[in-house]
Amino acid sequence: MRNRIVAHIFATDWLRKKLNNMRRDIFQAIADPTRRAIITLIALQAMTPNAIAENFHTTRQAISKHLRILAECEVVKQEQRGREIYYQLEVNKLKEMDKWIEQFRKIWETRFDQLDKVLSTIKKQKK
Amino acid sequence: MSTTLFFDFTVDKQNNIIDIKREFAADRSTVWDCYTKSEILDKWWMPLPWKSRTKSMDFREGGRWHYAAVGPNGEEHWSITTYVKIEPQKLFLANDAFGDSDGNINALMPQSKWTMNFSDRGKNTLVHGIMQFPDLAQLEQTIAMGFKEGLTMAMENLDAILAKR
Repeated sequence: MRNRIVAHIFATDWLRKKLNNMRRDIFQAIADPTRRAIITLIALQAMTPNAIAENFHTTRQAISKHLRILAECEVVKQEQRGREIYYQLEVNKLKEMDKWIEQFRKIWETRFDQLDKVLSTIKKQKK
Repeated sequence: MSTTLFFDFTVDKQNNIIDIKREFAADRSTVWDCYTKSEILDKWWMPLPWKSRTKSMDFREGGRWHYAAVGPNGEEHWSITTYVKIEPQKLFLANDAFGDSDGNINALMPQSKWTMNFSDRGKNTLVHGIMQFPDLAQLEQTIAMGFKEGLTMAMENLDAILAKR
């Protein structure tokens, strides 16, 4: 029970921060397959939009749009090197994934707590 | 009934597997019914404030469970579970997918293969569930969607706290 309260406090805090700056969330970042592919690509090295676009059968404009969303989600950061802009993965942001796993675990805990209650009701009925 | 029930939850990102073990204080046939009869599933399958609402259930090999997860604001997410193999009170294999109210599967949403094993643990029952995803992205997307539900739970909790003030 205590764990769940802690999780709720954490998630509530996270939500409040999100509402405060109204930015896009990381969920949106990985909701699209092309963006997931971009994440995998730049996980290895910082790349320019042109170099990223070469890996996809889509327009440079489409890639730019995905990069803009990823930047808004703070999944990638931009770095100016001379005349070129390089996109790099924000590793800390992806660590949020591990926090999600904890949340997902909590959902299963809740589900099982509910089943415990159902089972105890069934037992009482049988008696 | 103060004994703690065994619970183990692991995410194996190398093999795209979520592995969940849980012990329940009831005999195997009762627990089996809870997992395979829709009228009981609807009582516990979705974490509050979500609810599960069955549209149809045909628990046999090749049959499917078609249900909606209904959110606190009436939002609906439809799921389709197709049963592949059933050994009564021992195990079932199923394919889990998202879909629509007409029962069409959405191929763009994550899908997973479920293996549910039921075994005795003293007087209790151990349920071992394995969710196998085709790739890491689908596993991560599923977890991310779960996080959304977690947030809904958190908001309800916040409402409750605010109401007390």
